[in-house]
Amino acid sequence: MALAIEAHDLVKTYGASVRALDGLSFAVEAGTVFGLLGPNGAGKSTTIKILTTLAVPSAGGARVAGFDVVREADRVRAAIGCVAQKSGVDLEATGRENVVLQGQLYGMGGRALRERADQLLHRFGLGDAADRMAKGYSGGMQRRLDIAMGLVHRPQVLFLDEPTTGLDPEVRADMWSEISRLVDEDGLTILLTTHYMDEADQLAGRLAIVERGRIVAEGTPEQLKGELHGDAIHVELREAHLDGRVQAALAGVAGIGELVVEGHALHARADHGASAVPAVLAALDGAGLGVASVTVARPSLDDVYLRYAGRAFDRTDGAAQNGGAR
Amino acid sequence: MTFLWHTWVMTVRHVMRLIRQPWYIAVTLVQPIVWLLLYGALFRKAVEIPGFKSDSYIEFLAPGVIVMSALFSSGWGGMALIDDLNRGVIDRFLVTPVHRAPLILGRLVQASIVVVVQSVIIVLLAMATGARFASLPGVAVLILVAAMVGAAFGAISYAIALLARREETVIAVMNFTLLPLTFLSAGFMQKDLMPGWMQRVADFNPVNWAVEAGRVAAAGGDWGFVGLRVLLLAGFLALGLAASTSAFRAYQRSA
Repeated sequence: MALAIEAHDLVKTYGASVRALDGLSFAVEAGTVFGLLGPNGAGKSTTIKILTTLAVPSAGGARVAGFDVVREADRVRAAIGCVAQKSGVDLEATGRENVVLQGQLYGMGGRALRERADQLLHRFGLGDAADRMAKGYSGGMQRRLDIAMGLVHRPQVLFLDEPTTGLDPEVRADMWSEISRLVDEDGLTILLTTHYMDEADQLAGRLAIVERGRIVAEGTPEQLKGELHGDAIHVELREAHLDGRVQAALAGVAGIGELVVEGHALHARADHGASAVPAVLAALDGAGLGVASVTVARPSLDDVYLRYAGRAFDRTDGAAQNGGAR
Repeated sequence: MTFLWHTWVMTVRHVMRLIRQPWYIAVTLVQPIVWLLLYGALFRKAVEIPGFKSDSYIEFLAPGVIVMSALFSSGWGGMALIDDLNRGVIDRFLVTPVHRAPLILGRLVQASIVVVVQSVIIVLLAMATGARFASLPGVAVLILVAAMVGAAFGAISYAIALLARREETVIAVMNFTLLPLTFLSAGFMQKDLMPGWMQRVADFNPVNWAVEAGRVAAAGGDWGFVGLRVLLLAGFLALGLAASTSAFRAYQRSA
């Protein structure tokens, strides 16, 4: 299959001391969604800036839609759409004027552009608001307008830099289904950056974890989770036992490991969660330790992230991604 | 062709933006009128200074106020550019195949439209209060040089905006240059009545080139004198444009 994006050993330094990218390489097949996952400051936005010709790499190179991002920047620009992290909406213009101007910058005009703008504004639920000033739009509407602008010239490759940051949970879910549709129906290649694990899991066919300007892990979400051996078992005990009785009780149970007791909570990892649970419960019961609840979970991308990234994932983001914070 | 087309669509964007701010338009148009009437009354007796060649101070002053107004309405353009930078609008334009120059030229064409409207109002008001301009084509040249010097300083303020990306820096630089350059010109006082060192500085001041060329042209005078200054202003404007388009490249290098 053809490659829509190839990045080779990208390096970007600012001044003498800041090394935003430190030899970053990856490839994206045409017609797929590729996710770049990582905390703020990991180098995701810098990567997008280089691939969209907004910044020039200090070393290394990249090709997008078959063209070199430095030597053939104009051909790359014609082939891509970009929805930046910072919205690019002109608030002092109407939604329609924003989309039409964007089309004009790609050399479009006349009736074809008017019809395309109309079609996009309706598709993104902005039909009724099209002739209102964008400064009156909600955050979700501005984001949808950003995406409509990024699509006006029918690009082959679309860059979405944290498309749902700051949006309400319901709006995020809408945005996800819209992004999935772009790939399924329009055959677009999408490069998505996010620091939401569930977003990457939901949307990306393949993803790469970026940490300190490098890719530390790459694969399908299932592959990455599969590399973490086994399932997570979480047991809530009736009483806090910090005296080693829990460890002693479970010492003889086969197939579990990575045992951690924190107050009432007991965390363990098992090769086969479902079959390990009865043995764990029997052992705890035999030792006279009461159990309040037990859950078994497949490894999540959070677990993957924590394993590969050298530093703890930002917990405030973690709370927001679970939908409970806003 | 696409270059002209892009300049046109960017001009339309900025003109639309302008006409949606009626209060801004009102202030922009009233401000020069205030200057003309205020300075006109304040320095009315200047015509009595021995050696002052005009007998109507308003007639003498009008070209000065026209150039000063052009300078002030265009020279602050960097502020609007910073607004676009902060909102991500410039980055959105830069990832399209648009040339960098139309992003500058669209703003300058809009600023020049403002200069023309402002200048026509000042000319009409000056004529209503006793000024006589001998040459109508000369008045057109006056407005042209005002637009040119305004555009040049506008381009410089865009360059500063792109390099500094801070409103404070644009304010500081423009405050530091615009008013002193206005007073280091023959805008309010006949040049040979200014202190000697000021006359030397004025010879190298683009604002003075515009004031003197405009005033002489409107009086129907020496076209060689006017032509030389128009050429100098064209060179200065070209420098300003080169500075602002290369500031775009510097902006992208540091992006």
